Amino acid sequence: MAGYILRRVLQAVPVLLGTTFLIYFMVFAMPGDPIVALFGDKTPNPAVIEQLRERYHFDQPFIVQYLLFLKGIFVGDFGISFSGQPVTEILAKTFPVTLRLAALAIFFEMIAGIGVGLIAGLRKGKFFDSSALAVSLILISVPVFVIAFVAQLVFAINLGWFRATVGPGAPLQDLILPALVLATISFAQIQRLTRSSVIETSGQDFVRTAASKGLSRRRIVPVHILRNSLIPVVTYLAVDFGTLMVGATVTEGIFNVPGVGRTLYQAIIRGERPTVVAFVTVMVLIYLVVNLLVDLLYAVLDPRIRYAK
Amino acid sequence: MRTKRFGVAAIALAAAGALILSGCSTGGGGDEAPKGDATAIITTDGTEPQNPLIPTNTNEVGGGKILDEIFAGLVYYDAKGAPVNDMAESIESDDATTYTIKVKADQKFTNGEPVTAESFVKAWNYGAALDNAQLSSYFFESIKGFSYDVNVPELEGLKVVDDLTFTVELNQPESDFPLRLGYSAFYPLPEAAWEDIAAFGENPIGNGPYKLAEEGAWEHNEKISLVKNDDYTGGRKPANGGLDIIFYATQEAAYADLQGGNLDVLTAIPSGALGTYEDEFGDRSVNQAAAVFQSFTIPARLPHFSGEEGNLRRQAISMAINRDEITDVIFSGTRTPAHDFTSPVIDGYSEDLEGSEVLDYNPDEAKKLWAEADAIAPWDGTFKIAYNADGGHQGWVDAVSNSIKNVLGIDASGDPYPTFAEARTKITDRSIQTAFRTGWQADYPALYNFLGPLYGTGAGSNDGDYSNPEFDQLLSDGLAETDLDAANKNFQDAQVILFKDLPAIPLWYATVNGAWSETVENVEFGWNSVPLYNEVTKTAAE
Repeated sequence: MAGYILRRVLQAVPVLLGTTFLIYFMVFAMPGDPIVALFGDKTPNPAVIEQLRERYHFDQPFIVQYLLFLKGIFVGDFGISFSGQPVTEILAKTFPVTLRLAALAIFFEMIAGIGVGLIAGLRKGKFFDSSALAVSLILISVPVFVIAFVAQLVFAINLGWFRATVGPGAPLQDLILPALVLATISFAQIQRLTRSSVIETSGQDFVRTAASKGLSRRRIVPVHILRNSLIPVVTYLAVDFGTLMVGATVTEGIFNVPGVGRTLYQAIIRGERPTVVAFVTVMVLIYLVVNLLVDLLYAVLDPRIRYAK
Repeated sequence: MRTKRFGVAAIALAAAGALILSGCSTGGGGDEAPKGDATAIITTDGTEPQNPLIPTNTNEVGGGKILDEIFAGLVYYDAKGAPVNDMAESIESDDATTYTIKVKADQKFTNGEPVTAESFVKAWNYGAALDNAQLSSYFFESIKGFSYDVNVPELEGLKVVDDLTFTVELNQPESDFPLRLGYSAFYPLPEAAWEDIAAFGENPIGNGPYKLAEEGAWEHNEKISLVKNDDYTGGRKPANGGLDIIFYATQEAAYADLQGGNLDVLTAIPSGALGTYEDEFGDRSVNQAAAVFQSFTIPARLPHFSGEEGNLRRQAISMAINRDEITDVIFSGTRTPAHDFTSPVIDGYSEDLEGSEVLDYNPDEAKKLWAEADAIAPWDGTFKIAYNADGGHQGWVDAVSNSIKNVLGIDASGDPYPTFAEARTKITDRSIQTAFRTGWQADYPALYNFLGPLYGTGAGSNDGDYSNPEFDQLLSDGLAETDLDAANKNFQDAQVILFKDLPAIPLWYATVNGAWSETVENVEFGWNSVPLYNEVTKTAAE
């Protein structure tokens, strides 16, 4: 097991290097000069531009800029944003917010998705199953920004149950509404996934054996059916968690969540290379870690899966 | 996602008033006791400052809005844009070239340091020096000794006479120089700034009506908390306890917060709500003219757009645009069709200058002029207007193109660039081969600010490389003129030339759109689209 983990961690190194290189290259190749854009509609003097380029190393060739960036990473320095804030500080401030939001969203979609999926699977073809299908089809087909705007208007502005946007400091109660909105997207998927998995497991021999042994339904459903149905769902949840962690740009924008998605979007628009690359690097790291955790979780859920040395 | 990318340009408070400022009273009018709670904190919308909070390095709305509240310059601008002495005791000049500035005694920064002549001179020198690469360095261009080629640590034209007096010598007469002094680039800085300017930019120490609530009050990407500065004695004394400026990524989110009761004053309405916000908020909303001029520029280097043929085509295109209909349909009346090259809020504005009929929709005349141009050299190709697609410009660019296409019977279309940076880079390095969107938000309230930097030969923001000696002459005559009305006459005459040459096609002026909640009163928007926050009162929270 330890050997497996070590191997996976070592594999992550070239992946990380490769992705940062690609991202750096793409940001570098992004047309337009961010320094010129700093001046808005006014045309800056070339001498001032020259000075600023030097300050941000924009006057160096691509490879030199990239190596300087790599060097920075190793000493824990991701550079500074245009507003003079160290990027590490921005990272330290935005990721916890997005983590809270993602965790909350995962919590909601897990409870609702697995719960509804389980019942629908156990009552295949019945009224509950068909209505769950209808609801998930609707949720899948409505774009998330529509759901977000409608939820904001109805629950926050008209009913006043929540704050319309997330207040400073992003307290947990303000994050409930955006988390619910985010959860609706994956709820449908999780629900369908759980349902089909439950149906499949219910038909397995070991379930029938358990039933004929005289075990109560109350024991069969959670221990035998649900646990064995969860493997695809866990994979999905983990991947979804990764997606949520790298920022739900649209939803964060609508609810003004000071998280990763909103900050990254703004950095891209402003052409702040250090910020963009640092964020993406951390995102890649999160993805790698989450994927490793998923693989390890398989072994816990299904004893048949074992990782050889 | 912000729809007003022109806002990135420098903003400034403005004035339209008298030129000789020494006579200005402290302003403020009668001191009626404010009805609201003097300790209430007003919440309002803003955007994360793009740069550290250093006056000479801030040229966009997000940071400018904060600086204007925590610093006090020599003058400030009242609601109408007239300059009122703030830190200045007097600003005097006989020849519009050398100014003697006296600073009021006993003014303090919030760390206790006195505001002296030195506070201004050092800050200006810092802003002007090439090595400091300050974004607003061009504001010091006209001071003697300024250079873009070598680093000048101390400008020759700035001399400290005594503790509270200094003189400014300009390269040439510029009678609107005093009008500029309310702009943030001209704010004073305390000695504390020079110990560590980077740290200062994070926790600035000012001398204005407000100050940062505490060390670290600027919570990046979230908000900045300002509280009343009791040491401030100028005319902008706050009637409230402080300001919380919340940073929003989108105007939609800010609007939702206003509707949801979490925001007191909103300074921009999202495009989706422009048609309805006045019904929803009634007399708690505003739609008034702003000092923002929008246009598109046709560089003379494009084929068919130089000389006699070019002038005919420019005039034909201008008359082919139905500005009334477009401002009505696309902007729900939140733009006002242009009648000149400046803005209605500026002193000296006139809507019927000679030649301004070229801005009226006149399809028959447009067709006629276009045909005359075709007689000189036949038209070929497509007329394109470049714009940045990240700024919400597509709607009007398409409408303008269609208007031109329908009237002149030529191919016309928009030419989108994905980002603002890309469009500006192409415009700046002159590699753009089409007409392009241009906009100007005044730095200070003077006609010259809309003309000199944009159309003067070789001027900084003359993106179309327009040059007309007659025009240049009228501008410098106007600057040398110490009488404001006479100066404005020159600037108006200069515009008559622009109407013939049309280096840029004027489209419309932007308006300020804002709204506020039931809990606040006395919300008045200044000429620069920012509310006069110090006057806002809030009833005590329940």
